[in-house]
Amino acid sequence: MPPRMLPEPTPETRHFWDGCREGELRLQRCTDCDGGSYFPPRPFCPKCGSRKVEAYPASGKAVLWSYVINHRPRPDMGPDPYAIAVVQLDEGPRMMTNIVGCPQTPEALKLDMALKVTFAKQTDDISLPLFEPAGA
Amino acid sequence: MKPKSVAVVGAAETTKMGKIPDVSVIGLHADAALNALADAGLKPSDIDGVATAGESPTALAHYLGITPTYADGTSVGGCSFMLHVRHAAAAINEGLCNTVLITHGESGRSRVGAGGRFGGGGGASLAGQFEMPYGPVGPPTMFTIPVLRYLKTYGLTEEDLAWVSVIQREWAAKNPRASFKDPITVDDVLNSPMIAWPFRMLMCCLVTDGGGALILTSAERAKDFPQKPVYVLGTGESVETPMVSQMEDFTSSKAFRVSGKKAFDEAGIKHSDVDHLMIYDAFAHLPLYGLEDLGFCKPGEAAAFIRGRNTAPASDGKAAGKLPLNTNGGGLSYMHSGMYGMYALQESVRQMRGIAPAQIPGAKISVSHGVGGMFAAAGTVIFSNEAP
Repeated sequence: MPPRMLPEPTPETRHFWDGCREGELRLQRCTDCDGGSYFPPRPFCPKCGSRKVEAYPASGKAVLWSYVINHRPRPDMGPDPYAIAVVQLDEGPRMMTNIVGCPQTPEALKLDMALKVTFAKQTDDISLPLFEPAGA
Repeated sequence: MKPKSVAVVGAAETTKMGKIPDVSVIGLHADAALNALADAGLKPSDIDGVATAGESPTALAHYLGITPTYADGTSVGGCSFMLHVRHAAAAINEGLCNTVLITHGESGRSRVGAGGRFGGGGGASLAGQFEMPYGPVGPPTMFTIPVLRYLKTYGLTEEDLAWVSVIQREWAAKNPRASFKDPITVDDVLNSPMIAWPFRMLMCCLVTDGGGALILTSAERAKDFPQKPVYVLGTGESVETPMVSQMEDFTSSKAFRVSGKKAFDEAGIKHSDVDHLMIYDAFAHLPLYGLEDLGFCKPGEAAAFIRGRNTAPASDGKAAGKLPLNTNGGGLSYMHSGMYGMYALQESVRQMRGIAPAQIPGAKISVSHGVGGMFAAAGTVIFSNEAP
């Protein structure tokens, strides 16, 4: 199996990937307006354009927003069908991820089910934020 | 263009120049843009047109939080920005938008976040960092991601998706050039191989070879050509996000809504004036989103509209629907070489000339609506065959 396709952090996203490595899901928010939390990372507020933004640790709680189950797996993802999911974080932003710790079936993957983040170490630098059922 | 009709009101370069190892390519675009906005006393939300080369205008607009009605990705090398100024002047004069942002950013020396051109490829692009690690493999696993949320929101099922494929096959049967012409049933669709739950093979477009071309001139000159002129009555465009996971609403495309409204406003027509409709159908859910986002159906009602044969041809004694949709058979049954929008336009032109294989009798207005990327962009063209 070829090595998994991994992110290449840029200076603007480094804090996010450092957080994942340290077991913390980091979001950003604007301190100039009440635009709320945003994702993916960038050094200014996408609501008002202000550069006064801060990173903070998110709760790691989410619900399953939507997904597909890929029956033609990418070679680096292994031989079995897997869900490519989008979760809605408690703080508002949505992110793509995989759901682990449960079967990759429509019966097991119910929209709006409660999830929590877990970090899957890939290399010394990169851990991917994945989600698992909150009760697990 | 009209001399002195358009002016530059903001201009700035990046905060730093020379060697900038701490800013990526998209960040350089954004830094220059924020500086130019400050120079002009504007916020990103004041911008309704974007133009850039090297980076995609979709990525630029989404990164900055801009909802444009004009997006120019002309990329012809180092002079692209001169072309952007010229196109922007035409767009402003034509009322496509009011305020255009043109950006450049290139990490030519430090190569930070470079290589992810058009948002897709590189591991340092936003899609490369925040989507690709989770295993998507092209459109069948990305364009489809919002759909379970759409189905749940409106209490619909896979069967509703299957009906889209079934009825478009009815149109394809009338088109000698269609790739697939044999009738199919909902069961055929639901028993075809699983591609990416809930999508089966017959809910996904073909992959074919082909092409198309159009020639436009002024309405005044058009009268002197051998073919019946097909006039452009209204147009719209917008972009939302290069990442499907970052769509604002999984049950509706913002780019579709903005593009469709602009086209209908320009054309000055009502939905009931439309005789023929093309909606780019890379997958079976696209006509559902299109019918709703263009305003032909209320949210959640497109599936019942299609099942109720409102978009279908006459068949087995059943009358033709009032809104013929994808009359060439669509990307699902006719043809899809990768960028299907050209074929939607070709079918609209045929219908307006009165020469389509499944010709709608007396059709006077045709709407052609296309999607780009995975709900990333939209363009709408409304045609008329009546002389101005």
